[in-house]
Formats: sequence, structure tokens, C-alpha cells
Amino acid sequence: MQLEFKVMGGDFANAGYASSEIKKVLKQINIDPKIIKKVVVALYEAEVNICAHAYAGKVSVEITPEKISVEVSDKGPGIPDIELAMQEGFSTASPAVREMGFGAGMGLPNIKKNTDFLDIQSTVGKGTTLKFINYLT
Amino acid sequence: MDFLSKKLYIFVSILGNCFRTDHMTHKEISKLLNGRIIIGEGSESTNYQYAFASDLMSDVLTVDSENLILITGLANLQAVRTAEMSDISCIIIVRGKKASEEMIQLAAESKITLIECNYTMFRTCGLLYQAGIKPLY
Repeated sequence: MQLEFKVMGGDFANAGYASSEIKKVLKQINIDPKIIKKVVVALYEAEVNICAHAYAGKVSVEITPEKISVEVSDKGPGIPDIELAMQEGFSTASPAVREMGFGAGMGLPNIKKNTDFLDIQSTVGKGTTLKFINYLT
Repeated sequence: MDFLSKKLYIFVSILGNCFRTDHMTHKEISKLLNGRIIIGEGSESTNYQYAFASDLMSDVLTVDSENLILITGLANLQAVRTAEMSDISCIIIVRGKKASEEMIQLAAESKITLIECNYTMFRTCGLLYQAGIKPLY
């Protein structure tokens, strides 16, 4: 099964819509609630990152009997130093993002914590692609 | 502290513990906090045992617990989205903040109880702790 959603940069009113829809699907097909929570928390963090930092993005989810694979790609400024961005507490979020309750520098570390595999590719001035996997078995 | 004061202190402590509980329903919570249940009045009575207080949703997304109450002064859509992704079914909005129509609608869809309360976050936490609600760590 494959699902795809568009995410707009700066659109905080709809941040989390894709995660919410994917959560509904995962519940319908009886995925373990603990795995659902991990997947949607990671996905929501990624969605918020697009809203906070990028111009536009796309969420693609593939569900197989073995795993849930997620790809979140965006067109945006990119991440100059991924290692630094992975450190808890490091943030480049604007005051507006912090007013929404985010921008504490916990996003990427929390995505890593909630997934079994994480790959981040980024090009400065072009955008970022996150791929993560949660195994079902 | 003289002998009589010590005795009185012990008596009051024991009496206080008699009224402590290890869980509370949303109706009991609202009554204790002199609050208002905005949505979820008739929902199934979950027995809440733990609470987490934060205005920072990035921190809320890192916690992992069931039967958790979220205490926050952040009255925006992302507080409800964060609760939805974190499987939190009760939000107490403190400091007299009001839930918006969008928040109420999303909470209804996600079966999340919203309680508004005029107390500060500190007072809210103190009252719930005194009543037996536990911290996560």
C-alpha cells in the first residue's frame, strides 16, 4: 500500500494532516499501536520541519507486511551540517515557529529515536530528503 | 516544631494520603481544577495516572506513556495535533487560555478531552500531584 501527501511550507494550520491520515490507515489495518505511535511521531516531526523550514514538501509512505517505509522530501534551504542538526537542542527555527510550540532542536533526534533506520540527504539551497523505516516484525 | 505540632502534622499527612488516589477521570480533574470541559464531557472515562506539563510540543513528542494528561498554556491547533500523535486523550489548557473552534473540532475528531482552567500551570500541577497524579520522571 502506498500513500502520498503534499505539505506546504509555513502552513502550520495543516501541519500534521498527513500524519493524522496515515495514523487512521495504520489503525484500520491493525498495526501494533506502539509502532503506530513511533511512525506518526517521527512523521509529524518531519512534517513540522517542512512547515518550519521549507517552501514545499512531499510525504510518501509505503506499507508492506514487513515494514513501514517513509520518505519526506522538501524544497528548501537544506541542512548545511547534518551532524550538528542531529544534536539535541540545536535549532535554527524562527521565533514564529517557537510560538507554535516547536523549534527546541528535538525534531531530528526524536525522529531517529522513533525509527529503526534513518537516512538524511541534504543539498544547501535545494532541499532535504529523509528516509526512515519502522519494521513490523 | 513542638510535640503537638509534630503530631498534628503527621495526622494531617495521613488524612491527606487517605484522599490521594492513583488515578482520576476527566470529570474529577475538571472539578478539582474548577475547570470547564469544553469537549469530551460524555466520553468514556479514562483513568489518568500521569501528567506532563509543557508549553513546548517538541518536548511532549519525546514522552512515552499511556493514560497521560497534557497540561499546557499553548492554546493552538498544534497542541491538539501533538496530543493526537502522542496518544494523549486529555489536555488541560491553563492560565485562562481559550480553545479555538478549530482546536475543539480537531479534538472531537480525535476523541480528545479539552479542559479549560483559569489556574496557573504551577497551581494546576500542584493540585493534581496532591490528588495523586504522578509525574513521568
